Amino acid sequence: MTNSSDTLERVIIKFAGDSGDGMQLTGTQFTNTAALFGNDISTFPDFPAEIRAPQGTLAGVSGYQLHFGSNSIYTPGDKCDVLVVMNAAALKANIKQIKTGGTIIANVEGFDSKNLRLANIAEADNPIENGSLDKFRLIKIDVTKMTRAALTDSGLGTKEIDRSKNMFVLGFLYWMYNRSLDNSVRFLEEKFSKKPDILNANIKILKAGYHYGDTTETIVPRYIVNPAKMAPGVYRNMMGNQAAALGLIAASKKSGLDLFYGTYPITPASDILHELAKYKNFGIRTFQAEDEIAAICSVIGASFGGSLAVTASSGPGIALKGEAMGLGVMLELPMVIINVQRGGPSTGLPTKTEQSDLMQALYGRNGEAPMPVIAANSPADCFDTVFEACRIAVEFMTPVMFLSDGYIANGAEPWRFPKSADLKEIKVKFNTEMNGEKYLPYKRDEKLSRPWTIPGTKGLEHRIGGIEKQHETGNISYDPENHEFMVHMRENKVEKIADYIPLQEIDNGNAKGKLLVIGWGSTYGAIKTAVIDARAKGYDVSHAHIRYIKPFPKNLGELLYNFEQVLIPEMNMGQLVKVIRDKYMVPAIALNKIQGMPFSAGEIFDKIESLLVK
Amino acid sequence: MAEVATNDSQPKMTSKELVTDQEVRWCPGCGDYSILKQVQTVIPELGIPRENIVFISGIGCSSRFPYYMETYGMHSIHGRAAAMVSGLKATRPELSVWMVSGDGDSLSIGGNHFIHLLRRNFDINLLLFNNEIYGLTKGQYSPTSETGKITKSTPFGSIDHPFNPAALALGADGTFICRSMDRDPVHLKEILRRANAHKGTSFVEIYQNCNVFNDGAFEVFTDKETKKQETLFVEHGKPLMFGASLEKGVKLDGFTPVIVNMADGFKPEDLWVHDETDRVKAGILSRFFDNPRLGGDHFPRPFGVFYVEDRPCYEEGINAQIKDAIGKKGEGDLDKLLMGRDTWEIQ
Repeated sequence: MTNSSDTLERVIIKFAGDSGDGMQLTGTQFTNTAALFGNDISTFPDFPAEIRAPQGTLAGVSGYQLHFGSNSIYTPGDKCDVLVVMNAAALKANIKQIKTGGTIIANVEGFDSKNLRLANIAEADNPIENGSLDKFRLIKIDVTKMTRAALTDSGLGTKEIDRSKNMFVLGFLYWMYNRSLDNSVRFLEEKFSKKPDILNANIKILKAGYHYGDTTETIVPRYIVNPAKMAPGVYRNMMGNQAAALGLIAASKKSGLDLFYGTYPITPASDILHELAKYKNFGIRTFQAEDEIAAICSVIGASFGGSLAVTASSGPGIALKGEAMGLGVMLELPMVIINVQRGGPSTGLPTKTEQSDLMQALYGRNGEAPMPVIAANSPADCFDTVFEACRIAVEFMTPVMFLSDGYIANGAEPWRFPKSADLKEIKVKFNTEMNGEKYLPYKRDEKLSRPWTIPGTKGLEHRIGGIEKQHETGNISYDPENHEFMVHMRENKVEKIADYIPLQEIDNGNAKGKLLVIGWGSTYGAIKTAVIDARAKGYDVSHAHIRYIKPFPKNLGELLYNFEQVLIPEMNMGQLVKVIRDKYMVPAIALNKIQGMPFSAGEIFDKIESLLVK
Repeated sequence: MAEVATNDSQPKMTSKELVTDQEVRWCPGCGDYSILKQVQTVIPELGIPRENIVFISGIGCSSRFPYYMETYGMHSIHGRAAAMVSGLKATRPELSVWMVSGDGDSLSIGGNHFIHLLRRNFDINLLLFNNEIYGLTKGQYSPTSETGKITKSTPFGSIDHPFNPAALALGADGTFICRSMDRDPVHLKEILRRANAHKGTSFVEIYQNCNVFNDGAFEVFTDKETKKQETLFVEHGKPLMFGASLEKGVKLDGFTPVIVNMADGFKPEDLWVHDETDRVKAGILSRFFDNPRLGGDHFPRPFGVFYVEDRPCYEEGINAQIKDAIGKKGEGDLDKLLMGRDTWEIQ
């Protein structure tokens, strides 16, 4: 047999099937194998809202998109090169997502009359038979039939046999892209160590898929995607929620504070809880509270006691935490509130992504309740950003809002992980000193931060509360001038953090020019790619990505004024753009997408082009 | 570490040392004054260093309490003190944590946290000042106000059926359920001592007179004329007897309690003997909840410790898991964690 293979720079694959078809697992396995091989990667799981929507229907389609390549990858990609569809509904839901000339791998059994009916396709219009897919390369494989045939003697029931058919697809794709099966074999061995018959069946099917490619190689060319030329170092694959969890653990270690994580399960934030709950040997206390309010209130109690206290949720849960966040602002106790944003309002789109909680983060509390807000821009960046959130919280004695979203929370990328010794120290010292004739709980230092004096400290007994307090003494005060003074004090304290954070940098492009694209959060990859492409075409465009949203870096205004135009793409109706216009009086242009889906680089590129070609 | 630390050798604290420099702002004649005094009297006896004591409250008249205690304290937000103490106790088990709340704070807006605190059984003391009215908001009915109550928000009488706090706490699997009142300092002090001694969430319902918006709500239980007939003070191992000369008793016919006249030939050993550890009987006792104002045959209102159960506290569990994990895996190594299992190197 010949082994002629073409070399590709980058490939986008989307696995789509019924939510019970194991597409997420298939995608993750391919991702890990690609990452271990040294490809740069970016992934995007696209879950259905229902756990088990009716089988075979459009509502039940679960997808996993993976972009891997031999050069830098910043997004999961726009349209895919390869679309794997396990049934007719999966094809119907994703047909617009594939490039002309791309490859469709279709599971034939998923296009039988029952599946066509469930996908609302007339039997006469069966897309894999009627020639409608002629502009693509269609590979029909009867996965179910071959899986069953390979396992007739396995002693397993049909249901169990059919469950391993995703391994056939995975094996076939490993063949297509010249990948080793070793990583997935090892994974299966661990997963099914106690079920040898299931283990053997899965490995057998994985190999069957691979060999199927080998023996029928005439139907499709094989491809090589070489390792990426990334910065030297040791890498691992990292998802956003996992990175946030590791960032919290790192902050706990570097501050010497025990981590207390009080939370209530909610999509898409729960995985942080699942991850943290594993690491009890790091002294982590996870507390699954009875509701969102109890979650943040338990965090306030733990912070009062001297823990690194963190809660997490998504938009609806953050709304419930509003009053308690205000108390946190009033008490001036350190805590981190994580919002893994999802589509809103109300329950909205729990499994889809959006950036529509920025205003909520900045202003969503009663009274003047300023709180630092920082946002991560990629899955691995969740580590650094949540670490920074913890640092600001304890060094400045304030609640801090950390923003992530469903896209980066579930997405993955290679991460050149740091050494613990290279992480910043987080300076914390519980106060044990008397600071006046009587102890003054609200006496401030040069950062305007008050002392953290925890129960158990002899002689410094004191009371704090949510009622307006007198400057320094913390005693209840209804004095009008004191109230105004304290409102300004709390605002100034948060704004003063700008003295202790890095200046805003230009991520890509010149410091002066025709157009600056500003983003925050998960739009990073799409903007980055679009600006690279536009600059390659000669456009005068730069990109800056804001991590610190409250307070802004001190030089942000200056940086904006160096450009003729400012474009702000956001997955909302235009929230950062309002804040920027308000604060800096620049006529920033909004580019908005509110579809529960991230921007494609192409969408941003088109907007850049339309602004610069006049 | 998991126990509240006491230190008998330290010089005895005095009640005065627990008084803050803040002016007490409850209405003159409010039952809260008595409760504050009894707490400030009992705490110095307990041998707990003052710096290890924390009072946390929600919102309401009762919730001003921490400002008047020279200990660590937090006046939090409405209904949420239970969650605050949970977080504090989970992380600082050696502290002596007291939660001060009211009938609105714990049974209305904070009802959810109240039941979950009880089932988790954090080792704290929960003092619930029940005045059957909303005082701080100036006189609306509360979840413990009796049906038909005329208040500012119910000019035609309240339609709500009231909560029975002791029965609710039992239903939530509380491990220490008791009732006392502001006007019986001796009893209240004894109850506070017992609540502190119990390991787990000690639920102390304290009838407290709001002399401005609900004056006399508990008068039948405190007035000399009626008290003996209308109250039943229970003690472990003692028969249930009440009346001016203990002329009445309570007997159980199967699961049905009946009031008997001792003069009819009953002896104390014929009566229901109070057993604090009997959950079923505590359930029956907690249901002695007739409204005496309606008159007719009714049970006296019980006071004292209804139920005590020894059950592990949440903080013991969470700390045991940590200890166990460290024992099995060793202390967490951050570098190993950051590296994970599958890595690759780019030269």
